[in-house]
Amino acid sequence: MEEDKNTETKPLVQESTGEKEPSSFRLIMTLGVAGFLAGLIMVGTYLYTKPLIEANKAAAIEKAIFKVLPKCTSFKTLELKDEKLSEFDSKNKTAKGEAPKLIYMGFDSSSAMVGFAILGSEIGFADVITILMGYDANKKTIIGYEVLECKETPGLGDKIFKRADFLKNFTSLLTEPEIIFAKHGEKHNPNEVEAITGATISSKAVIRLLNKSMKEWKVPINDFINSTDNKTSEAKK
Amino acid sequence: MSQENKSRAMEEFTKGLWKENQIFVTILGMCPSLAVTNSVINGLAMGIATTCVLILSNLLISLCRNIIPNQVRITAFIVIIATLVQVIDFMMAALVPGVHKELGAFIALIVVNCIILGRAESFAAKNPPWLSVLDGAGMGLGFTFALTVIGVIREILGNGSIFNISLFGPKFEPWVIMILPPGGFITLGFLLLGFSWYAQRKINKLQQKEK
Repeated sequence: MEEDKNTETKPLVQESTGEKEPSSFRLIMTLGVAGFLAGLIMVGTYLYTKPLIEANKAAAIEKAIFKVLPKCTSFKTLELKDEKLSEFDSKNKTAKGEAPKLIYMGFDSSSAMVGFAILGSEIGFADVITILMGYDANKKTIIGYEVLECKETPGLGDKIFKRADFLKNFTSLLTEPEIIFAKHGEKHNPNEVEAITGATISSKAVIRLLNKSMKEWKVPINDFINSTDNKTSEAKK
Repeated sequence: MSQENKSRAMEEFTKGLWKENQIFVTILGMCPSLAVTNSVINGLAMGIATTCVLILSNLLISLCRNIIPNQVRITAFIVIIATLVQVIDFMMAALVPGVHKELGAFIALIVVNCIILGRAESFAAKNPPWLSVLDGAGMGLGFTFALTVIGVIREILGNGSIFNISLFGPKFEPWVIMILPPGGFITLGFLLLGFSWYAQRKINKLQQKEK
């Protein structure tokens, strides 16, 4: 049956191609036009979708902020510049090329500070893992955790955001002196993360990521809190 | 449409579902069928995404088939397919971010799926647009079916679940290897074995009848 059909279609090919050979110019033109049109369409789509994609990403981060900082009802974006935190002005995009280092400060309904939402990324088993963590600066603990980007092995590494008993690690995790790895079922101290059996590499990557981000942000956050505390106490005087 | 045309159309559509199934019979498109079938939902999603691209690429290539000189056709086809996939990728990220987050990694893989170029070269380049669309739809659905079958087997054995619904309860120890790459090869190997056995048996029966 299948062979029959092949012989049926063959004459069609020869009819369309058996004629005289097209000139080199025509071949180059065809590919040139095809490439030009392809480029035009692709760049057009890119320009059209870019603002939409960025808006989607911002919306995803915003949603995650409220998730990792329980009780948070509003937040302020802060920027790290010269080791110091200051309020970020999105209109004031002067420094081109370099993405600003951003952090999100959350407030509850009585506008008291709940904590900070920190974005961090680290190489996992397959690709970069991006995590947003909620950090309570007063208690020096991590109070929330949300994986934004993860291409870890489905069924193994992706348990870092699918498995409930791993996520439980991050409801109150002490970050001092440092977050430590613990085997499954052997968590004794508040600064230990109970790893997932069979996904040790991904679990360790998460711990590395948290420690790295803490190292980067802890000092600026403390300075920022102290300076704002001083300001408010000075204002009271 | 005459009766003959109708039956031809029907045949072009159904051949991809079973008789010329791209995975089980022609063994094309192995990269996605091994890489993303570790759960039913992944296989199904990849299948549907590929079907959409296949229908569109077959249509476009069939429309352009008389303009493109034979000597540069493969290059031109690749340009068309790659552009199509890239545009779909951008559009999905912009308009349906939820779906894109799940499928993002697969979309780029579709470019290198040789079924797409295979159908372009062996069918769409020689046939009118409406037949090419039917061919793409049939081949795509056959591909989706194959990926889903592999996904069902791997998810049941490797995770003890189907569509993320646990089947055997907490006592089941999943065969982790089934959701890793070797599990894909093992599953596909046994499925191909089954298919060739079935095909061979059919041939044997026909031969016996002739005698």
